[in-house]
Amino acid sequence: MIVTPTWYLVLAAALFSIGAVGMLVRRNVIVMFMCVELMLNAVNLTFVTFSKTLNDLSGQVAVFFVLVVAAAEVAIGLALIVAIFRRRHTGTTADDISELRG
Amino acid sequence: MNPLGVASIVTPGVDWLGVAPVALLALAAIGIVLQRSILRRASVAYPSALIVAAVGIILSAVALIAQWHRVQTDGSYTTLSKMVAVDGFSIFIGGVVLVATACSVLLASRYLDRERLDGPEYLALMLLSASGMLAMASANDLIAVFVALEIVSIPLYVLVAYDRRRSTSLEAGMKYFLLGAFASAVFLYGVALTYGATGSTGLVGIANYLSEVTLLERGTLLAGLVLMLVGLGFKVAAAPFHMWTPDVYQGAPTPVTAFMASATKAAAFAALIRILYTALGGSSSDWRPLLWVLAVLSLLVGSIGAVIQTDVKRMLAYSSINHAGFILIGVQAGTIKGVSSALTYLAIYAFLAVGSFAIVGVVAGRGDADSDLERFKGLSSRRTGLSWAFTLLLLAQAGVPLTAGFIAKFGVFSAAAGAGGTSYVLALIGMLTAAIAAFVYLRIAATMFTPAGEGDQVLASSKVDLGTGIVIWFSCALTIVIGVAPGFLLGLAERATLLFLR
Amino acid sequence: MTQFYRNYLAVAVFAVAALGMVGAMLGVGRLVRPNRPQPEKYIAYEAGSDPIRGFGQSNVRYYVYALLFVMFDVEAVFIFPWAINLEALGVSALISMIVFILVLTLGLVYAWRKGVLRWA
Repeated sequence: MIVTPTWYLVLAAALFSIGAVGMLVRRNVIVMFMCVELMLNAVNLTFVTFSKTLNDLSGQVAVFFVLVVAAAEVAIGLALIVAIFRRRHTGTTADDISELRG
Repeated sequence: MNPLGVASIVTPGVDWLGVAPVALLALAAIGIVLQRSILRRASVAYPSALIVAAVGIILSAVALIAQWHRVQTDGSYTTLSKMVAVDGFSIFIGGVVLVATACSVLLASRYLDRERLDGPEYLALMLLSASGMLAMASANDLIAVFVALEIVSIPLYVLVAYDRRRSTSLEAGMKYFLLGAFASAVFLYGVALTYGATGSTGLVGIANYLSEVTLLERGTLLAGLVLMLVGLGFKVAAAPFHMWTPDVYQGAPTPVTAFMASATKAAAFAALIRILYTALGGSSSDWRPLLWVLAVLSLLVGSIGAVIQTDVKRMLAYSSINHAGFILIGVQAGTIKGVSSALTYLAIYAFLAVGSFAIVGVVAGRGDADSDLERFKGLSSRRTGLSWAFTLLLLAQAGVPLTAGFIAKFGVFSAAAGAGGTSYVLALIGMLTAAIAAFVYLRIAATMFTPAGEGDQVLASSKVDLGTGIVIWFSCALTIVIGVAPGFLLGLAERATLLFLR
Repeated sequence: MTQFYRNYLAVAVFAVAALGMVGAMLGVGRLVRPNRPQPEKYIAYEAGSDPIRGFGQSNVRYYVYALLFVMFDVEAVFIFPWAINLEALGVSALISMIVFILVLTLGLVYAWRKGVLRWA
């Protein structure tokens, strides 16, 4: 069985969809956060696959930037979760934090 | 040969003037962090941070003006191996962003003092975000757009949640963060698919590829286009990707809301316009219908949503969605005139939004908690000048003639009429929703001029300090000046569009 | 022994050496240390937090260290390709990386001066 680039693209699309659906249906903030990470990594896989098939390095360079941006987002996300936790000492689900509506 | 198997790596040449506005703002932000590490005393730290911020903004503006002169004589150019485009368009948007940033900094001083928040960090974050916006305006590569987008967004997540002691601010920050990160990921997937379809992440490279090769299988490119539109739609707060806007605008500290409504919108629209016109200019028949739908939904959701709100900050948030719809009318026209009308609209909306939120911040008073419409009742008897200023800004947002808002709306409508066909319908829908939105603005104005009844609780509003006063005066003056004599701004926008690098 | 297996000989030597090292350390420790059993010492070690109660709520104070670690850990992504190509890239790349690391260090200095590194 030959593994073609299409397989990787399909896998990446599947991972991205899992992340996107998880983002929409899960209510735990940390899990939602992990879903975003999954989506970003699916994108990384897509970039690397295209980079290989196109024989062009810029796709792999893109992955570097995505990794670093993802790390910065992790830092901010964790800091926000810590701030909310310190403020309220409750669980971290999206339903716990909903005062703003109208 | 080196271990990566790449024959030689050429480090890209840097045109320092081209990156100077971005670099100077970032340097100022780093400078503030540095001096904050050294000076821990609040009494010294904030004034010195303010000076560094002011110097950074002014130097960045000087660099922009120098760029403008250079572009006038030598024409547009790119630098950093075509990652950064320096053209009239980027300079115009950069100017809008800088003015909005300066206004937000002016608003912030009193606010931070009132809410007892750390000042220097706030300024550093705001400058970093603004530097990202400038980078976004001149980003000429999808990866550069993404990185700039994140430099804009990540400090904004923190700024929205800046009032750590107020749970609504934290909640708004969390919501903005989760949806913003989601939108970034979606945008990035669009970038990856576009890269796969065209073999390039450079906007010019994509355009060249698409003009030379007829794609047999357009699915990947179209999916990429749609995903990028979704991601940027989130950032510009266009319906149906607007859900976060009311909550975040309401929960965020008011100066941050002003900053988001003015500067962030301008930068995100800049990226949108540049991607669509530079990279995908040849396939405008693909994206024009999509933008048409986005525009109609934004117009309707923004105007109708505003009607049912009772909180002024939320009303203005919905009105911001409505304005995004108007700007999209200009963008979807797909013409030079469309771009210049969108630029004009962005510039005018920037100072209308800053002025309006400045007044809301004053009226809401300490704690920033209560911007309910009730609170504006009888404002005219207590604060006559303030209520007249707000009325003027609201009328301008409604698009009343002889105000700047009219010029903005007229521009996008005439661009749509010039494009003809379905754009015509869009202009009609736009006028209809402008009438609905006008009802909301008039409702706020009427509330201010209704005397407060016996049973109404009249709460003290904050004083107007110097910075806020300057911002309100500035936006009101511009509203009238541009409304009466729009020639200068229109000329600038037109010149900027003509120097748009393709 | 074929060439194929000979390549794995080094791995095997490493594995044996690693096991021997662990065994030697634990064995010497057992011979040298005093023996005073207490119940707390038999609880699984989870970096100081109680492994039984409070599951899922790890101490918020660790998050700050996690944040700092993540930043520096991931920035290494830029340093590896840079280090491989440093000779080809020349002085400008060296200066760029120094500036980059200085900015990162500034962040750490800020955190330190703000007192977040103190265990309070």
